[in-house]
Amino acid sequence: MPARLPEIATNWFVTFFEWFGELGLFCGRVARAIVKAPWEAGEFVRQMDAIGSKSFPLVALAGAATGVVLSLQTRDSLTRFGAEAMLPAVIVFSLIKESGPVITALIVSGRVGAGIGAELGSMRVTEQIDAMEVSAVDPYKFLVSTRVLACVLMLPLLTLAADFSGVFLGWISSTLVHPITFRLFLHNGLKNAAMSDFLPPTCKTAIFGLIIGIVSCFQGMRTRGGTAGVGRSATSSVVLSSLFIIVADVILVRFIQVFFPS
Amino acid sequence: MTTKRTTQQVETQPRPGQQPLVVTDLYKSFGSQNVLQGVDLTAKRGETVVVLGRSGTGKSVLLKLIVGLLQPDSGSIRIHGQEVVGLDLEQLNEIRKKIGFLFQQAALYDSLTVEENVAFPLSRHTRLSDSERRDRVRNLLASVGMDHDLTKMPSDISGGMQKRVGLARALALDPEILLFDEPTSGLDPITAAEIGELIMKLKKERNLTSVVVTHDVHGAKSFADRVVLLREGKVVIDGPFPELERSPDPFVVQFLKDAA
Repeated sequence: MPARLPEIATNWFVTFFEWFGELGLFCGRVARAIVKAPWEAGEFVRQMDAIGSKSFPLVALAGAATGVVLSLQTRDSLTRFGAEAMLPAVIVFSLIKESGPVITALIVSGRVGAGIGAELGSMRVTEQIDAMEVSAVDPYKFLVSTRVLACVLMLPLLTLAADFSGVFLGWISSTLVHPITFRLFLHNGLKNAAMSDFLPPTCKTAIFGLIIGIVSCFQGMRTRGGTAGVGRSATSSVVLSSLFIIVADVILVRFIQVFFPS
Repeated sequence: MTTKRTTQQVETQPRPGQQPLVVTDLYKSFGSQNVLQGVDLTAKRGETVVVLGRSGTGKSVLLKLIVGLLQPDSGSIRIHGQEVVGLDLEQLNEIRKKIGFLFQQAALYDSLTVEENVAFPLSRHTRLSDSERRDRVRNLLASVGMDHDLTKMPSDISGGMQKRVGLARALALDPEILLFDEPTSGLDPITAAEIGELIMKLKKERNLTSVVVTHDVHGAKSFADRVVLLREGKVVIDGPFPELERSPDPFVVQFLKDAA
């Protein structure tokens, strides 16, 4: 076994770099499919519904739960330091700057990433994608570009939904302890906020959407090995897109701090 | 049927004297596995060529190479005189519009109904109005005996019905060449015979050039004008079915014996 270690390590590195090389080529094909007419408007609208509208309840629920938890957890800490009045600001800033975008992206990567990976994987192993190519229809245009664009467009909108439901439920949770109007809660929460606190974190979720769309379509399109392969594609779509979202978040937060200072 | 104009100048119209399909010295390997080793194949207009051979001899790979789903290592594939190997995607798609392909498992889009499956290529490559398209889809489905169950999903119909719908979809753009990948596999003998009859009917009515990859020797006998037998990626026999039956080659004798 120890004698085989260098061979295993070499294979692992080759596979690792091959994966990124194939991903690069895949992104090139998707970019060409997106910019070149004709566009698949009907399929794009269908995907916006599948990715956006159908994820809305789950995302709103996750945002609401986050708002409640933030309200419950931070109240104690803030009271200890005599800063209970800061509660609305803590909830609003936490949600719009970090919790809302990241939780939305992770929820969507779980729901949509797995769905895209499994759907395209299943189409690949049952030759439906081959049938599409034989019909002179580019699957990168019809299947991939529509899903990627829908993810890019829907993530910021879903993030707004998560932010709003989080702030709203955070207020409800807060007002049950110390009654306060929603208007005052919002005023307190947003009084020191600037557009740079709100816009860049919301817009960065378009990058998260790009990651989810590209990774899950890529994993789906390269599926091999029957139903077991479909399962692997669904799982790897979620795992890889979640991982890349977390890594991208670190980079984007720093980027926002540098280019959009508060 | 009006076809959308394209910017690519690819010769897709049949030219006098050009065979619909000419495959010359085709090689294809996957890693160390040599699947096709110098295959030659010609199909004349209106001819049905059946490709026989044991599993893993490269029959389905041959079809995928013809339609450009795979690229050969070397060799030439000419459709109506136009070289297919090395074409870019847009040029290849112009050629593909003239080729129908029936997949082994029909490969119907499982998120679309029967009617939508057949309409799929029409809605993308023709300028038919909705009502014209609907009529054409119904005519196509009627020609394969599937003009009922239009709104059913592929998962709600039998394997034989799926193949019929797949055939209707393959015929949607009025192809000049039809490729069949195991059209009767996985079907009961009666349904397999019905599919065989359908292939003969299409040949008679539309004068289509067909290449049929199959294990079904009995079916091949009924609808083949010519049989090509592959062994380890090479052509063993290329001729009418009686020539296959008369061959003294031990492999051919054993193949026919096993198929009986």
